[in-house]
Amino acid sequence: MHMCLAVPGKVISIDESNPDLRMARVDFSGVVKEVCVQWLPEVTEGEYILAHVGMALNVVDEKDALETLELLKEMGELDAELGKDAW
Amino acid sequence: MKYVDEFRDIGLVRNLSVKIRKITTGEWNLMEICGGQTHSIMRYGLEEFLPDKIRLVHGPGCPVCVTPLEIIDKAIRIAGRPDVIFTSFGDMLRVPGSERDLMSVKAGGGDVRILYSPLDALRIAEENPDRNVVFFAIGFETTAPANAMAVKEARRRGLKNFSILGSHVLVPPAMEAILSSGENRIQGFLAAGHVCTVMGYEEYIPIAEKYRVPIVVTGFEPVDILKGIYQLVVQLEEGRCGVENAYGRVVTRQGNPAARQLLSEVFEVADMKWRGIGTIPRSGFRLAAEYTGFDAEKIFDVGDIIQQESPLCIAGQVLQGLKKPADCTAFGRECRPEHPLGAPMVSSEGVCAAYYRFKVPN
Repeated sequence: MHMCLAVPGKVISIDESNPDLRMARVDFSGVVKEVCVQWLPEVTEGEYILAHVGMALNVVDEKDALETLELLKEMGELDAELGKDAW
Repeated sequence: MKYVDEFRDIGLVRNLSVKIRKITTGEWNLMEICGGQTHSIMRYGLEEFLPDKIRLVHGPGCPVCVTPLEIIDKAIRIAGRPDVIFTSFGDMLRVPGSERDLMSVKAGGGDVRILYSPLDALRIAEENPDRNVVFFAIGFETTAPANAMAVKEARRRGLKNFSILGSHVLVPPAMEAILSSGENRIQGFLAAGHVCTVMGYEEYIPIAEKYRVPIVVTGFEPVDILKGIYQLVVQLEEGRCGVENAYGRVVTRQGNPAARQLLSEVFEVADMKWRGIGTIPRSGFRLAAEYTGFDAEKIFDVGDIIQQESPLCIAGQVLQGLKKPADCTAFGRECRPEHPLGAPMVSSEGVCAAYYRFKVPN
């Protein structure tokens, strides 16, 4: 296994029965695993979390991810346009 | 996989590649700290997308590689005891000790089990009250909170048969050790994204200022890595040395406060030995005083161990970015993934394993 590998997965359900060890069922592209979400007091079902060795480290910020991708796409379009003008 | 596939998009990789080529005028040596990033760079051939003037130097961010030989030897001694169930992340089983590895202990009848999470060791301890369950707790700041969680939870459950053999190391002191070395040639760092998911990135600001190096936090997918390199080159070309975050979807300035709080409760900062590199001041964690009852080194007397590294292995210089794996005479000959002489040939994050797997010279 990759020790520093942390992967995003979708929270299916949260079990609050142990307040010291809140656990969630998380879907990693079809593979469902139990992940501890003790450090993410705000996490809700349907959100994506970043999991590492059975612990959720953070909620994935969807807005940031989409904005970054959009910016990088525009970067290429802008270049293509400028390239055309230059010729 | 959502939030993964989009960041492997070849179109975006090309956009970034064009941008980087366009702005690069100087020659820049950049280090990616994390071995996971090294593997992505090799796997996707990302150096092909960079101008020749940018050189990537691979850093020491492989926890398996830097765990001291003496700890590996202690693990092998403890794992061989009949009263012990020894649990570990899978990567550690093939790391060479002085005489053998944990895999050979398992093959010889030792109860050595591979776990996905340190929390799984607690269940094993509860199911085996007459055996001592030891977890091999290694890792950087990314993994340390999970290991701390297992210790804290063991105490809450009153488990008397659980302990950890720990070797926890920290990124910022290793960066400082590299930067303050007379041989240093690193001009910019990609900081390890998942370390920063836990720790945030404020602790890198004084390093960037003191050594005048830009530091950009980034992730592990091709787009993340090239975006991080782009932001580093922009800074270098403009003569700036700030700390920037190119991995905003999971990294915040403060990191994860609850995980950091747990770290400061269960551990304390201590001088730490790094395999192949030596002792770096205040570069690791040891269990805090009130948790030393969970320290396997204090529970099990392993006797004297004579340590013996392979005389051929140059892992220390490779881990500090001073040499490349191909500079080693044993690389791909005496030392291969199925017969490693040094830890970097073992791990999925080890730089020698990455070169062997993705870039074997003819």
